[in-house]
Amino acid sequence: MDFLIEKATALGVPTLLAQVGAMLAVCAVIILYISVAAMFMIWWERKISAHMQVRLGPMRVGGWHGWAQSIADGVKLLLKEDIIPTQADKLVFALAPIVVFATALATYVIVPFGPGLMVKDLNIGVLYYISISSLTVVGIIMAGWSSNNKYSVLGAMRSAAQAVSYEVPLVVSVLGVIMIVGSLNMQTIVEHQAGRWGPLPWNWMIFGGGLQVVGFLCYFTAALAECNRMPFDIPEAESELVAGFHVEYSGIRFSMFFLAEYANMFVVAAIAVTMFLGGWRGPDFVSPLLGATLGPKVAGVFWFLTKSYFLIFVMMWLRWTLARLRVDQLMHLGWKVLLPISFINLGATGLWLVLKDMR
Amino acid sequence: MDATATTTLPQGISFERGETGEEMYVNMGPQHPSTHGVLRLLLKLDGELIKDCIPYIGYLHRCHEKIGENRNYIQIIPYTDRLDYLASMYNNWSYVKAVEMLMGIKPPERAEYMRVILGELQRIASHLIWMGTFGLDLGNFTIFMYCFREREMVLDLFESVSGQRLNYAFFRIGGMPMDFPETFYTDCVSFLEWYKARLPEYDRLLTDNVIFQKRAQGIGSLSREDAISYACSGPVLRGSGVRWDLRRNDPYGIYDRFEFKVPVGERGDVWDRYMVRRIEMEESARIVEQALAQMPSGDIMGKVPKTIKPAPGQVYSRVESPRGELGHYIVSDGTPNPYRYRVRSPAYVNLSAIAAMLKGCLLADCVAVLGSIDIVLGEIDR
Repeated sequence: MDFLIEKATALGVPTLLAQVGAMLAVCAVIILYISVAAMFMIWWERKISAHMQVRLGPMRVGGWHGWAQSIADGVKLLLKEDIIPTQADKLVFALAPIVVFATALATYVIVPFGPGLMVKDLNIGVLYYISISSLTVVGIIMAGWSSNNKYSVLGAMRSAAQAVSYEVPLVVSVLGVIMIVGSLNMQTIVEHQAGRWGPLPWNWMIFGGGLQVVGFLCYFTAALAECNRMPFDIPEAESELVAGFHVEYSGIRFSMFFLAEYANMFVVAAIAVTMFLGGWRGPDFVSPLLGATLGPKVAGVFWFLTKSYFLIFVMMWLRWTLARLRVDQLMHLGWKVLLPISFINLGATGLWLVLKDMR
Repeated sequence: MDATATTTLPQGISFERGETGEEMYVNMGPQHPSTHGVLRLLLKLDGELIKDCIPYIGYLHRCHEKIGENRNYIQIIPYTDRLDYLASMYNNWSYVKAVEMLMGIKPPERAEYMRVILGELQRIASHLIWMGTFGLDLGNFTIFMYCFREREMVLDLFESVSGQRLNYAFFRIGGMPMDFPETFYTDCVSFLEWYKARLPEYDRLLTDNVIFQKRAQGIGSLSREDAISYACSGPVLRGSGVRWDLRRNDPYGIYDRFEFKVPVGERGDVWDRYMVRRIEMEESARIVEQALAQMPSGDIMGKVPKTIKPAPGQVYSRVESPRGELGHYIVSDGTPNPYRYRVRSPAYVNLSAIAAMLKGCLLADCVAVLGSIDIVLGEIDR
């Protein structure tokens, strides 16, 4: 975004206008990306789940393997009647999906798509991500409460408890990486994973000092819980509470929740890739077509998206293989298993750093 | 429905001593993805803990027994299919056996072998649905698809035999209506080969999965004494440690000629009931193999009078259906219609123990326990 602002002011546009214009342009790009990515992920999930279950998934809509299925679903949801339960708190009911979606959207600010391709290269990148992602819980509670439905309230409370308890191991497992890199800045973390052998994966943080593999697994598990994905999808448990906190939502409001979940999935995968799997680093595309400035950027985006979607594939794979944890087992896992493991990881990282300095 | 209706107690329920008045009454059903039919469970919850459970049934009552009084003995056979529609062969068998006992008819050897083969294949199909829906309730969607894939193969076999996929009406008083088609033997053998190779897949998804084990072990225990006093039968009874299988303890037909294990659990929790059925799935395949090998040639229909008019008397006949002891009690008065026709449904009796099983369970366990009892509302409500 800074890049855009510079270009605009260089052309003579007044600064304020340039800033606002750049913000809106970037916002539009991000929203466009989320819409397309979420649609793609929904279609992809249906295909993956189908092939794992010995069936085919969407095949008809749009011709080739039903690629337009998501578009058709989106249009259908848009055309649905807007139903608000009579005794529901109308304002809160309307605001809840907006809050959930807006917080998911806001986390895209610090996602490094490529070298120099970030909305804003905040110095406190990781801190920003962690704090904004906690706000989703507020939206969920608003949704559950305002639906005026026993089941929604139950689902919302469970979801809040789950999200809050998995925040802690999430943060602590990321701390290990931050201690090694020494900075909260996302681009710095990615660049730290370059090394003597260039783009080879030996320098990825996952193989880095201390027990970062443990940190990665801990982060991934906690992130699954944050996204309300199986095996932690108690808040959406269809067979137990009939969709929990968003049971009373239909049409465009429901699609906001749905999109927010997939947007969240992508951000979580993106952060995991940035922190542990080398971000957008990878072999550069040497191509006369793209030139010296554009080439690395395209390569960066390509590697970043490949790694992120691989992690998303793993998330989907887990969803369709595992059963659901009961809510008290979930809490037990978060507090009594993941948290100690992440602390051990933190301690090991600290020890490694001290030993490294002593050498 | 107005919102205030949810805050008053249902009719007939009052506070017991020791209740704080903060308990919440929650309805599970009758429309619910996990109640396996139209069952309403009234749960008294203290937060997430279940204090009491009252099942309300009757949403699928179709006056089966009254209809039985107004039909003659042969006309009742298609009605019996629709009782436990997931294990139709057993409903047929129990009823037909009852009439045969009343009239003193003995079906020929080949018919008995056919009955065993179709019955055990039906047990496999029923347990496949049970396993699929049980996994589905707990969140594992994939096992559902896998189990149904195998079940489709069994249904294809049944279609080649009887022309029907679900409600076969294939048993007749005195024997069987038609013999197996020639393709049946090879199809059945190849199905069993495929099926036995699939069982380890199910184990990978469910039995060996830690998450599933945690959702099943230690949940919903039914003690041995309770199981007997509630008159439970089938896997529910065997899961609680009682070695009682009608095929062994009260043999009917030719079951004494086959070698098969009867699995028995220890603690009577969801896991034990799951394992009992899981092992039964394997044992049924063994029985079918043995029966196919031993099957003699010959008649499939015994000597049966033209009109079925049993002498006045009464009979109770029972079979070991996938859900437990399925019994038919018939009183005849010499007319072509029964005087009294009564079905002893295993799921009805097993469901009555649910309050005892749910003591101390959380809300999420209710689904697991209900799945482990394996109910079919068709036979509960009749």
